[in-house]
Amino acid sequence: MTEHITEQPATYDEWLDAIENGEAFYLESPAGHGSLPPRRVCPHSGSTDLIQEPLPEIGAVETYTVVHVAAEKFNDDTPYVSAVVDFGPVALTGILRGVDPEAVAVGDEVTVTVEPRETTDDRLVVFRPA
Amino acid sequence: MSTVRIAGVGLTLFGAHADRAGRELFAAAALAAFDDAGVDRTAVDQLNYGNFMGALAEHQGHQAPLMAEAAGLQCPATRYEEACASAGVAVREGVRAIRSGEADVILAGGMERMTTLDTSRVTAALAIAADELYEVRAGVTFPSAYALMAQAYFERFGGSREELAHIAVKNHANAVDNEFAQYQKEITVEQALDSPPVATPLHLYDACPITDGASAVLLVSEAYADEHNIDAPVSITGSGQGGDNLALQDRTEIAQTPATTAAAEEAYADADISADDVDFAEVHDCFTIAEVLAIESLGLFEPGEGISAAREGKTTADGEVPINLSGGLKAKGHPVGATGGSQIVEVTRLLRGDHPNSEAVDDATVGLTHNAGGTVASAVVHVLEANQ
Repeated sequence: MTEHITEQPATYDEWLDAIENGEAFYLESPAGHGSLPPRRVCPHSGSTDLIQEPLPEIGAVETYTVVHVAAEKFNDDTPYVSAVVDFGPVALTGILRGVDPEAVAVGDEVTVTVEPRETTDDRLVVFRPA
Repeated sequence: MSTVRIAGVGLTLFGAHADRAGRELFAAAALAAFDDAGVDRTAVDQLNYGNFMGALAEHQGHQAPLMAEAAGLQCPATRYEEACASAGVAVREGVRAIRSGEADVILAGGMERMTTLDTSRVTAALAIAADELYEVRAGVTFPSAYALMAQAYFERFGGSREELAHIAVKNHANAVDNEFAQYQKEITVEQALDSPPVATPLHLYDACPITDGASAVLLVSEAYADEHNIDAPVSITGSGQGGDNLALQDRTEIAQTPATTAAAEEAYADADISADDVDFAEVHDCFTIAEVLAIESLGLFEPGEGISAAREGKTTADGEVPINLSGGLKAKGHPVGATGGSQIVEVTRLLRGDHPNSEAVDDATVGLTHNAGGTVASAVVHVLEANQ
């Protein structure tokens, strides 16, 4: 029986806090694979040796959609652009603001920030044009 | 390995059943399966029951023993939950239990009530099958998740809304004569294109409806069928299951569905067939793009060629590989936790010759079911064969 493991690489809220403070990070395994918290095991290598590394500042839109019908906690946010953005070691999902929804294209360069949701004021991962 | 026979199948009408409790819906499907099989309810060793959102839609947890009671069974009962693939997994675990020799008679299937919730609440309920931290909190819904997959597919392989519309038109045409289908009516490409946007490029007519319904399949061992002289002309000869990262952002591939490929490869090897042997299939078309991803990942079409298959008539009822002759999730309806069982019911009826669309596959001997959970983080594939 091993000792109780209590320390984790980071919580989800700590990850959001870090983005808000301009210190966005991802978790890296010794082999260089990226993942996101909460996580104890690297999904690529299986390593449990995860450390925080700075997230690259600029990501590229991998895919996107303009959402017109939302879940109830996003009703006042519609229409909004959902995007998966590739930052290299990890990709993130969020809402792309500050763009013309009709003009978004795969490959567009963006930065990540945390802003409130319009419907509930909860914290939200938001992308802005780089 | 012992063969698993399908002794009987049952369905309710798919649609809005405001005045029917979930337990009564499942009982109706189960009784229909027993009637079809001519097997006594006391013979059942266990109930494998699929349900996804009953705790939200009917405030009912612990549903499996309730459903056993409702169906008049006195046996252990377990609920399987794998989002939209719940009943597919329930069937698969039934197949495995019979093959292991631990059971001879298993009732598998599922039930879902969805119309108890309004559109924004059902959208929120379905979204819990996505990654809560990284997708749901970021505003991802199921339509928008499939829209992200559609846009990624268009980017990589090309494709148009019109090609997707042809899939909806095909599946509606197939549902016209299906007495269990929610939408027994044809639509046109223009209607689909003109429907309001849900999450671009997907519009309302790219999406399956919100559905109440239940399915039941009575599985028996070959020995039991022989001993009790049961007429069970269709067998499940292959079963496979695959998995993937829950969140799209964590996958190496968004424009393809490797979980389906893994499930199909396992099922084909299990049945000792290849994709070329499949005569027709019921695939998980919760959105039109999902049918494209399914038929490619199943190996029925090359990557990039599935998008045009319906428009070119390759997957229509008179095509080379008819897809979703039941109407699919798109037109027959998608009571989430019942769908995997319903697909088995439809392929069984098509192979037996007692489906309204059986004529389209009158020479067929091999049918396939493909049931997917979430954005295909889970996939279950079954090969069904008419006994020679």
